[in-house]
Amino acid sequence: MGDYLIYTDPTKCVACHSCEVACKAKNHVPAGATLGKIVVMGPGMINGSPAMSSLFVPCFHCEDAWCMNACPVDAIRKSDENGLVYIIRDLCVGCKACILACPWHIPQWDPDAGKAMKCDMCMDRIEEGEEPACVAACPTNALQFGEPTRLSHQSREDYAFKLLKRNPRK
Amino acid sequence: MKKKIYTLCFMCSVRCPIAVVVEDDKIVSIEGNPHVPAMKGVCPKGAAAVGWLDDPQRVQAPMIRTGPRGSGQWKKVGWNEALDYTADRCKEIFAQYGAKSAVYCERVNLVTDLSKTFLKAIGSPNYFSHDTICKGSINTACRSLIGYTDGQITADWSNARQVILYGRNVFESVEVKAMNALLDAMGKGTKLTYIDPRVSITAAKAHNYMMIRPGTDLALNYALMHVIIKQHLYDVQYVDRWVEGLHRLSAFVDTYTPEWAEVETGIPAGEIIRLAKEASRAKPAVVFHYGYRGSHHPTEIYFRRSIMMLNALMGSIESPGGIVIKKGPKDAGLDAGIRKFSDQEFPPMEDARRFDGCGQDKFPIADAAHGVGAMFPSAVLNEDPYPIKVLFAFRFDPLYSNFDYQQSLKALQKLDLIVSCDINFGGTTSLADVILPESLFLERSDPLQMGAGLKPAVNRRIACIKPRYDTQPMWWILKQLAERLGVGEYFPYETIEDIWQYQLADMGIGIEAFEEKGFVSLSDKPIRWDRNDGIKFKTPSGKIEFTSSLLEDNGFPSFPPYEPLEVSDDRFRLMVGRCIAHTNVMTQNNPYLNELVPENRLWINAKRAAALGVNDGETVAVSSSAGEGRIRAFVTDMIHPEAVFMLHGFGHREPESRRSCGRGMADAEVQEAIMDNVGGSPALDHTLVSVSKL
Repeated sequence: MGDYLIYTDPTKCVACHSCEVACKAKNHVPAGATLGKIVVMGPGMINGSPAMSSLFVPCFHCEDAWCMNACPVDAIRKSDENGLVYIIRDLCVGCKACILACPWHIPQWDPDAGKAMKCDMCMDRIEEGEEPACVAACPTNALQFGEPTRLSHQSREDYAFKLLKRNPRK
Repeated sequence: MKKKIYTLCFMCSVRCPIAVVVEDDKIVSIEGNPHVPAMKGVCPKGAAAVGWLDDPQRVQAPMIRTGPRGSGQWKKVGWNEALDYTADRCKEIFAQYGAKSAVYCERVNLVTDLSKTFLKAIGSPNYFSHDTICKGSINTACRSLIGYTDGQITADWSNARQVILYGRNVFESVEVKAMNALLDAMGKGTKLTYIDPRVSITAAKAHNYMMIRPGTDLALNYALMHVIIKQHLYDVQYVDRWVEGLHRLSAFVDTYTPEWAEVETGIPAGEIIRLAKEASRAKPAVVFHYGYRGSHHPTEIYFRRSIMMLNALMGSIESPGGIVIKKGPKDAGLDAGIRKFSDQEFPPMEDARRFDGCGQDKFPIADAAHGVGAMFPSAVLNEDPYPIKVLFAFRFDPLYSNFDYQQSLKALQKLDLIVSCDINFGGTTSLADVILPESLFLERSDPLQMGAGLKPAVNRRIACIKPRYDTQPMWWILKQLAERLGVGEYFPYETIEDIWQYQLADMGIGIEAFEEKGFVSLSDKPIRWDRNDGIKFKTPSGKIEFTSSLLEDNGFPSFPPYEPLEVSDDRFRLMVGRCIAHTNVMTQNNPYLNELVPENRLWINAKRAAALGVNDGETVAVSSSAGEGRIRAFVTDMIHPEAVFMLHGFGHREPESRRSCGRGMADAEVQEAIMDNVGGSPALDHTLVSVSKL
């Protein structure tokens, strides 16, 4: 995801879909399309007990992006600054090659404009020091946004401090 | 230039504190107010509010109906014409039938003080709120035990160690702050037990889920009390100090053993005993939650009382991690709170008899502040106690909210005048004679809100952007109507600033104090009373009244024997509920929320469905003595065989609301007119329905 990650904590996610709605409202995404998508499994009965889990799937902002390589008019670019992959809307000719090329078909189709659109991780918000709209809207902190190293440190520290608190040194 | 504005949401009645970023009179983002702990994001309804702003299917201007009711034929008019029309019709009708022929119903909101002022000024006693249909019996149950309404207490989620929820689907019918507080507590080890005939999101998050037989929660609670009392698992010191009537309860639950409850509820006796013991080990940091909606069965008040009694036995009422009483300005050391317009002197009412007999002959102990809204259709149809001719339906849709759709429809058709105030075309609005459209909460400022709580605060809603269409705030609409009806003197304001100044006059707070955070906190620390000696219960005895003077003085028993629930081999108990995407019957046409959850389905147990030959996704007929509807089936093992379930809020027929019209089925179509005659709630989950393949 460029230099960033969006991490889903399934224990906190209640499948409310605020992330999707906030994304749609902010990016003017037409009905039926979703730039960032929350994929929810369940609730369902597993061994007699109800269970559920979820994972947020925005664009992965690949290092060697299939969509960008497939675009015949160079409308898809990768930011030198933060590695985010985005579409220059004015250049897009609506051929849909990016949608086909992406292994997860993540770019979306805007039928009104006749152009492709995709998650740019809210580059404009990031530039202003804000989190992407999906993460900012999440009411339970189930989505966390940051640099991979910071998230890794955070998760390990949370885990380790929990253990240490349980077994404090005398 | 971007600007961040702190205000209050109104996509539902929770009114979460939000931060709205605005640029060039456009909404850039809506997030939680960062100054309020546990209020980081917003629910999907909050996120979807902007979808309504420019929606061409909104009510865009005052309207007067030109065709038959429900035909979708309207004339767009100016405000003066709409208000003059409304007032002239009212004057005509009041001259013949008196002002009492007008009933005013609303979703309780920040202008409720002015709604009540309006009624007092015109001289009608007839008010009811959405709350009465939703939770009237919880209100009455709480008052019968502790003297406070359910609105005056809350759960201390953050500090609770055991939380027990009876269908209180906290993760789908959400208050963002409460949801986060509970999730955080669970992250630190709080245990959640969830009891529901249906697997909801909350069931999936719970540590312990019990698929109870529908309608038998009261039996479970009597058995829990049996175990807790017989095995001395209760907080002896607290109960000795605060509870009136333990011995009567003890004798009463004597025969309600866990083994007895197992037969009635389907929950193994061992599990009931285990739950009682687990809760007891955590006492007093235990929340048996009293519920959010409480309008399920005719015994609703006794079920809600049983929950609060369990809290009392745990010593949890007014204990950290338990149920806490909300504190107001006086508890925070102020001399006075917000000044109310409805406290002015009004002329005496000609006839104080209410349409619903609330607080009077028919429902002596239901809360007259909310009324008994379920009585509205029968009062109109039977002209009991007198003819009702006018309905003001302000931001509330009684047609789809009450039971028995056909009865409600007949009643609305019988009225001479329906005045509706709405954002979009809801069921009642679509039948109205005149629509006075309110501005969306993002477009309007409202009277201040007294936010009682452990840390009381005064909260403000302020307009973030200009109205997109020809709409107005309700405080303005009410004043205009009052002036035309000759009672404008009770609305001594011109602007919202005048209202704020009037409200704050006795508090020593200036309006500029709200700029920084959107609210003014009246206490830095949570205000808790000493649970050994300082709890101010507002019952006549000053204690928790298991033996209730409110009930018994009015001829109702405190401990009526349990009546086993009828078993039906061929029918199903219809349950209804909410999802996180929608608020009651109001939001189904919002473009984003409609996309998220466009219609409801009938949850039906896989084995029962197989016996009926019903396949997943097939349309089935659902019927009762009230009527019939059609809906697609969701065949699943996640619901008790005796129940079927559908989301409330669907089956709209308003032609103006094109996204939601004809999608799904309205539960009201088949809900029979069954009431809790003591507490005042309709029994919306009690109807037995037949399901058949088409």
